[in-house]
Amino acid sequence: MARFPVEAGHILLFARAIGDANPIYADADYAAGTEVGRVIAPPTFTMASAQFDDSYPLRPRIGEPWFGSGREPTGLKPGASSGGGGGGGGGGGTGLHAEQHFEYHRPLRAGDVLTHETRQGERWEKQGRKGGKLLFSELITEFRDDEGELVVTARSVAVRTERVVETEGDG
Amino acid sequence: MALRAGEIAVGDRHEAVVVDDLTRTQLVQYAGASGDYNPLHTDEVFATKVAGYPTVFAHGMLSMAMTGRMLTDWVGDGRLTNFGVRFVKQVWPGDTLTAVATVDAIREEEGVHLVDLTVATTNQDGDAVVTGTATARLDP
Repeated sequence: MARFPVEAGHILLFARAIGDANPIYADADYAAGTEVGRVIAPPTFTMASAQFDDSYPLRPRIGEPWFGSGREPTGLKPGASSGGGGGGGGGGGTGLHAEQHFEYHRPLRAGDVLTHETRQGERWEKQGRKGGKLLFSELITEFRDDEGELVVTARSVAVRTERVVETEGDG
Repeated sequence: MALRAGEIAVGDRHEAVVVDDLTRTQLVQYAGASGDYNPLHTDEVFATKVAGYPTVFAHGMLSMAMTGRMLTDWVGDGRLTNFGVRFVKQVWPGDTLTAVATVDAIREEEGVHLVDLTVATTNQDGDAVVTGTATARLDP
C-alpha cells in the first residue's frame, strides 16, 4: 500500500506545468469562497503519485545508472534493459501509454493523504496496423483517503509492441 | 460557477485552445511536477540518438491534463465524475492543441443532473491526438 500526500505546493507546480491558471489550484482564500471550499487538485493529478512511489522506474535513482543521456546518449551499457526507454515509457516502463481513465468519487483536496493499491486488470491482443501483435494490459489503481473512502479510481492501459510506433500510444 | 442542465443541449460544443506552440520547457515542467522523467520527453540526445524519434515529444498525460482544463473551465471545479481518453497520436514541441467537448446526453440519476461528453483534442493539422469521454455533475 503506497502513500500519496496531496500537498498544496505540489498542486501549484502541477497546475503551472499543465498551463492551468485556475486559482482553485493555487489560492486558498479564493478556494474558501467556492463550492469545493478548499484548494483542489486538477483531474489528472493522481499521476503525480509517482513522485512518492519507491519503485517507480521513470525517475533517476541516486548512484544508479540512468537510461537518459550524459557523457553518452544513454547511461546504460549496451544490451542492458532500457527500463522503459527505447519505444516504451508512459505506461510506467511496461510499454506505451495507450489509454487513461479516471473515476472521481469526490474532489481531491490539498491536505488529503491517500493510500493506493494497484491491481492487474484485463489483458487483450490486437493486430497492429503496421503488422505485428499489440499486447494490451490494464492496471487499476484505487486511491483512498485516511478514512478508507474511495477518492479516485484510475485505469491505465499500456500497449506493448515489437518496435517504435509513431502513431499508437503516447510513449 | 458550475454548468447548469438548463443552459446546454445535446449536440452543443465547447472548444478551447489549450496550448499554443508547445515548448520543450513545458515538457520539463511536466516531468518535474508529475515525476515522469522518461528522457523521451525531455532529453533531445536520448530521444533522437537512442530512441530514433525526430525530437522529444509530450507526455500523453500532459495532453490529457490540458484537455482536462478545457473540461473543468466549462463544467466547473470538482464537477467531473469520469474522464477517460485514448492517446491517438503523439504531440510535439511547436504543436498547438484545441480541445473540444460535445454534449452526448443530459440525464438525471438519483436526483443528480449529469452531462455525458465526447472529448477530442486536435493539433494544428486537424489530427486528433487525444479522444475520449467525460461525465460531469450539473446544477439543475
